[in-house]
Amino acid sequence: MAENYAIELQGITKSFGKTVANNNVNLAVREGEILALLGENGSGKTTLMNMLAGIYKPDSGRILVGGKEVQIHSPEDSKRLGIGMVHQHFKLVDVFSAADNIWMGKDKAGLPLRRRRYDEIEEIAARFGFSIDPRKRVYNMSVSEKQTLEIIKVLYYGAKTIILDEPTAVLTVQEIEKLFDVLRRMKAEGHSIIIITHKLNEVMDISDRVAILRKGEYITTVNTPETTEQALTEWMVGRKVDLNIDRPHMETTRPLLEVRDLTIRNDEGAVAIDKVNFYIRGGEILGVAGIAGCGQKELCEAIAGLRPIESGQMVHKGDNIVGLSPKAILAKGISMSFIPEDRLGMGLAPSLSITDNMLLKKYREAKGPFVDRRAGRADAEEVIESLGVVTPSTETPVRRLSGGNVQKVLLGREIKAGPNVIVTAYPVRGLDIHSSYAIYDILNKQKLDGVGILFVGEDLDVMLALCDKIMVLCHGKVMGVVHAHKTSKEELGLMMTGALDLSEKYADKPAGIAKDSLLEPESAEEVRRESSTN
Amino acid sequence: MNKMDVITSFLHAIVVYNIPLLYGTVGEITVEKSGSLNLGVEGIMAVGAIFGYLCGCYANSLGVGILVAFLTGALCGLLFAVLTVSLQANQNITGLTLTTFGLGLYFFVGNGVKASPKGFPTMSNFENIQSGFSDRPIPLLSKIPVIGEGLFSHNLLVYLGIAIAILMWWYLRHTSVGLRLRAVGENPAAADSVGINVKLMKYLHICAGCGIMGIGGYYMALNMSGSFNSSCWINGYGWIAVALVIFANWSPALAILGTFVFGFFNTLRVSGGSLALAFPNVLGWLAKIPTQMYQALPFIITAIVLVVTSIRNKRGSSGLPAALGLNYYREDR
Repeated sequence: MAENYAIELQGITKSFGKTVANNNVNLAVREGEILALLGENGSGKTTLMNMLAGIYKPDSGRILVGGKEVQIHSPEDSKRLGIGMVHQHFKLVDVFSAADNIWMGKDKAGLPLRRRRYDEIEEIAARFGFSIDPRKRVYNMSVSEKQTLEIIKVLYYGAKTIILDEPTAVLTVQEIEKLFDVLRRMKAEGHSIIIITHKLNEVMDISDRVAILRKGEYITTVNTPETTEQALTEWMVGRKVDLNIDRPHMETTRPLLEVRDLTIRNDEGAVAIDKVNFYIRGGEILGVAGIAGCGQKELCEAIAGLRPIESGQMVHKGDNIVGLSPKAILAKGISMSFIPEDRLGMGLAPSLSITDNMLLKKYREAKGPFVDRRAGRADAEEVIESLGVVTPSTETPVRRLSGGNVQKVLLGREIKAGPNVIVTAYPVRGLDIHSSYAIYDILNKQKLDGVGILFVGEDLDVMLALCDKIMVLCHGKVMGVVHAHKTSKEELGLMMTGALDLSEKYADKPAGIAKDSLLEPESAEEVRRESSTN
Repeated sequence: MNKMDVITSFLHAIVVYNIPLLYGTVGEITVEKSGSLNLGVEGIMAVGAIFGYLCGCYANSLGVGILVAFLTGALCGLLFAVLTVSLQANQNITGLTLTTFGLGLYFFVGNGVKASPKGFPTMSNFENIQSGFSDRPIPLLSKIPVIGEGLFSHNLLVYLGIAIAILMWWYLRHTSVGLRLRAVGENPAAADSVGINVKLMKYLHICAGCGIMGIGGYYMALNMSGSFNSSCWINGYGWIAVALVIFANWSPALAILGTFVFGFFNTLRVSGGSLALAFPNVLGWLAKIPTQMYQALPFIITAIVLVVTSIRNKRGSSGLPAALGLNYYREDR
């Protein structure tokens, strides 16, 4: 064999109980290449990589590092073999400084902890081309800083092969670009990189070769330049998939939810949402675009009644909802589902079964002190059936489901209650193509039923295709509300960074205030008269 | 009694009667920093007390007593570690079981010895123990008027306890092994992923911490002059130690302070009367407070401290190990 492989996996099989996570998988990564590992949620990518990281042990099969067969019994073995993994959920100690997170795994660190370690870590990070503050605590770091720290950590331990598990799922566009620059530089220095992702454009952008897994089986490995996104999708899903997102047209109703001059403070007391106006009509999807942390979370929480507002109005079908309890807001038919960055704490109780999670929202309807488990189970079955949730049973704890299925259960439960306004934030965060499209379908179906949807999203391409209108936030201020079919990614990008402000574009119609507002009948009347005379 | 003597003996009593709390607290901090919550402090101290005392007397050596107390405490820790670390048993239940087990073993062994022909050993018959436990003034410091005798003239085990606390503080905060231990207690998965042997760290520190508790139990035995009767020597000190860990915010150095704050109120209960007698104008009111009030005071203080610490508790300032009480299993999903 002329080629030098950094790592080879041959015939790896691993099962958990009756579930076969990896079945006879072969994979090889060359020295100094970037290999993308592609597959849907639950196709066994992470399990396979965890066997290289020493978290799991394969049931059968061989692992070769640098052409020699090795046994990896623990993360320590893996570290010694020059394999470093950046896990999807970062393995960092929150209360430690950046330096201590690295130092704690250093061999021969000596007994006393000395101040010098900060300088040493900073120096070595600089040698790798990163600048970090070695004294900064992890809990004060942004997601991308944590990721950088993880990468420095594995490099510091001398990793030759670096595995990244869905590194881009939680990063902004700019941060992804920066990460890819880092990866290209590491590749140029001779490192081998395995990157797990299911964003096809990223695969095409960064990788040299692509290996594809489907339902625990190894499908193939192809050279990236010789393939297309369409072909990769078909290998991954196992059949032809339409990559277009529908945007059915609907007759919209009068505004269902109107927000006027809303100001909200965040946990630190700073203004998160600043005098925001918008409205949602029934039968439309209003997208909310913005750089991470520009008030989306606070806005969603305020609408759901989970966060007190500073000032402003929120009106649902003409009724004020400011100051109502979350329960009362729910009773009005406003449902909220928020998928946070870590995707774990998200409105479901992870250790409870699907049935129990269904019951969480409707146990009050039961007469008497007992919960109606049979009805809950029926609901669970219906959601599983209609949304195609993959689960062994209705009694499986939610945390045992893969990400896509968890998110389907959450959305399914919210829809089950028959809301007229759905607020959903990042519903496809971390999901593969297949599951993402299932979620888009669910949302479109709700839209056709006349539900008003507020869709807080990340992927501008998706928002342009799915949403009817897009509101852009920048530092808590509305930069404008634009029609999705009349705008472009570039325009949205400029608005997101605050370089373009379209909120004053139409003098007769301030952005985010409906002409037929239910809020102030007289002023709405005026607006109508003025616009007709113009 | 001279007024100044009253103060001196009050200070002396604060230290002498409450050092077992320091052992218990520092031991429990060591265990908890590895992420394990051991509620068996009371039982482990009882086991260390009875075996330490008996073996110490039979060998007529304070050193043997300390060693046996440490080892039997550590054995209890080993049992706890096998159950919770290797077999993944629930830590709360295991800890409570250890308390019940330890107290049971204490009475079983103690009553057995008492009923034997030779009877329960009396401390005054064993010169080496008696003299070993006697006060050794620190030169110069103990000559300071009033407080010198009170604070700087104590038995060896007092000095040992304070030395262990300071050493443990340095170990946790200023050594690489201490850093790794804290990593295990905060996030065992992160520690594991960088190659730290999580199981070994837990085993070692659970055993060491429980051994320290055992010495605390032995201290109680000696302080009670080894008089074995129907109530246990430990008498709830193990439970106070569990609370003191929170009071001390998981810092062995603060544990010294916590011990003396608790000790102050503890001692007020015993010596309040003599203080009132010596200073009738200033402290006369002490005699009017019912004893029950004094007994409740340490716990009222605990409650207040818990409220205050949780209010000002900013992220990162708490010493509470994030993974405390959670078992770690590498392949858990």
